Amino acid sequence: MSVNTESRIDLRVIADLIRPGSRVLDVGSGDGELLDLLTREKNVDGRGLEISQRGVNESVARGLPVIQGDADSDLSYYPDKGFDYVVLSQTLQATRNPKEVLNELLRIGERAIVSFPNFGHWRVRLSLLFKGRMPVTKDLPYSWYDTPNIHFCTIRDFVALCDEVGATVESAAAVNDNGEKMGLSMPWWFWNFFGQQAIFLLRR
Amino acid sequence: MEQSRVRTARDEANSPSSKVAHFGADKPLKLGSGSTLSPFQVAYQTEGTLNADRSNAILICHALTGDQHAVNEHPVTGKPGWWEILVGPGKPVDTDRFFVICSNVIGGCMGSSGPATIDPATGKAYGLNFPVITIGDMVRAQAMLIDHLGIDQLFAVVGGSMGGMQVLEWAKSFSERVRLAIPIATGARHTAQNIAFHEVGRQAVMADPDWCGGSYIEQGRHPSKGLAVARMGAHITYLSEAALHRKFGRNLQDRNRVTFGFDADFQIESYLRYQGITFVDRFDANSYLYLTRAMDYFDLAAEHNGRLADAFKGSKTRFCLVSFTSDWLFPTEESRMIVHALNAAGAAVSFVEIETDRGHDSFLLDEPEFHAAVRGFINAAARQLEIGE
Repeated sequence: MSVNTESRIDLRVIADLIRPGSRVLDVGSGDGELLDLLTREKNVDGRGLEISQRGVNESVARGLPVIQGDADSDLSYYPDKGFDYVVLSQTLQATRNPKEVLNELLRIGERAIVSFPNFGHWRVRLSLLFKGRMPVTKDLPYSWYDTPNIHFCTIRDFVALCDEVGATVESAAAVNDNGEKMGLSMPWWFWNFFGQQAIFLLRR
Repeated sequence: MEQSRVRTARDEANSPSSKVAHFGADKPLKLGSGSTLSPFQVAYQTEGTLNADRSNAILICHALTGDQHAVNEHPVTGKPGWWEILVGPGKPVDTDRFFVICSNVIGGCMGSSGPATIDPATGKAYGLNFPVITIGDMVRAQAMLIDHLGIDQLFAVVGGSMGGMQVLEWAKSFSERVRLAIPIATGARHTAQNIAFHEVGRQAVMADPDWCGGSYIEQGRHPSKGLAVARMGAHITYLSEAALHRKFGRNLQDRNRVTFGFDADFQIESYLRYQGITFVDRFDANSYLYLTRAMDYFDLAAEHNGRLADAFKGSKTRFCLVSFTSDWLFPTEESRMIVHALNAAGAAVSFVEIETDRGHDSFLLDEPEFHAAVRGFINAAARQLEIGE
């Protein structure tokens, strides 16, 4: 489900947001990379939800408790505030109902951490503007007809959605083309143009 | 003259060729029905070596018609153990590293006390005088066996179908004695459809005149026809339409055209008849009634006002559930229900649904992804807890 595993700089940024020893649910946990990192370095009590059988098997073999399931349908079974953090990394754009998923994240976790590829990035804009084609980049390697990413948004779109569901942005970060975290002092338009990925820490 | 090595199911029921733990009047088995069973015995097999701190024991729980012969040649049929594909040296449940225990359930017919056992009070087979037992009773008897073997805590409890019910019961009733629970192709309760199939099977047994109101052993008879029909019906539920089609289709059995009669024209008929006939040689008809009943009565949530999550509250056991896409007897939804309850209870749970067309019986077959999940789950925990290294 994830966009490109080589560019998972966002995982490091997410890990830095999480308090040691907390309870974490990783939604769309892939092969368990983030959970593994958090378990080893942050001593968290981590759980995963992953749609692919292969991802689940790889996670289980790492000793991680991961359930095969779908973010769109299975989050409703988790109790309110059962976790300190619910993480949705590079998965929001692949859900059928991102707004409902975001609501569920905020219900299940004291805090939600969401990272996603920014569709407002300049490369994407240029591709549409000059080539007139849906962008296929190293971070978004799929053609429009076979992409699992059905709900792209820009950083600004996401901020608007947070507003709509009543989520408070506690902190936000963007990562640029070079995988560097961008300065907090930059304005939104700058992030929205140069940020390749965005990472938000939310609460309600 | 050389003595025949062939043992009958009746021989095994009373003097099993496997190990036996005897529990005398001082150690009665308290039953879910309110009565007690005493004295009683548990027949079991072990493989591998128990380590010095007794931390590497894995209990295998068998399904409805299974027994303790999971990894050895069956004393009656001469066939290989029913779970040798999963359990053995170098297998996902590795007997080179773990001490594997498998016992015949109470109510069974391979040497643990059951309806085919001689009642010491009367000198006759129990028959229907054997008390009705529950999945909980099976597990309490297993716990007494584990005590008898001097083991406080099991590293893992593993089982499919009725065996999976026992795993769940272990995790609920003896949570502190189970580090890993691996319930496979099972449910936290028997559904109406499953009870219905069992009732058809029981009626087939009881409709056979040779059943004799349950006292066929005393009368020197055996309700083979009824039991065979029960088995044939049940066997269909262990497969899937797709698997039946793939294996048999509408192929005819040793003939070029249908005979316009009621012979086994189709391969599937011949196959089912064979399944029925071979089953009656190794299984006791009354045992079939008792064990199907135990499964029907199983409902973990019932004791917790219907809230399954409460059955697992505070559990430190790590769970790994497995279901199979084509299993319509214990469909994935049944496993998911358990997973959701474990989540709500905050337990550590993994769950994988294996893609296959082979139906409920998949847990007994060569399903590499399933085996990889079990191997990965056990090995990761063994590494973390430094057990069986």
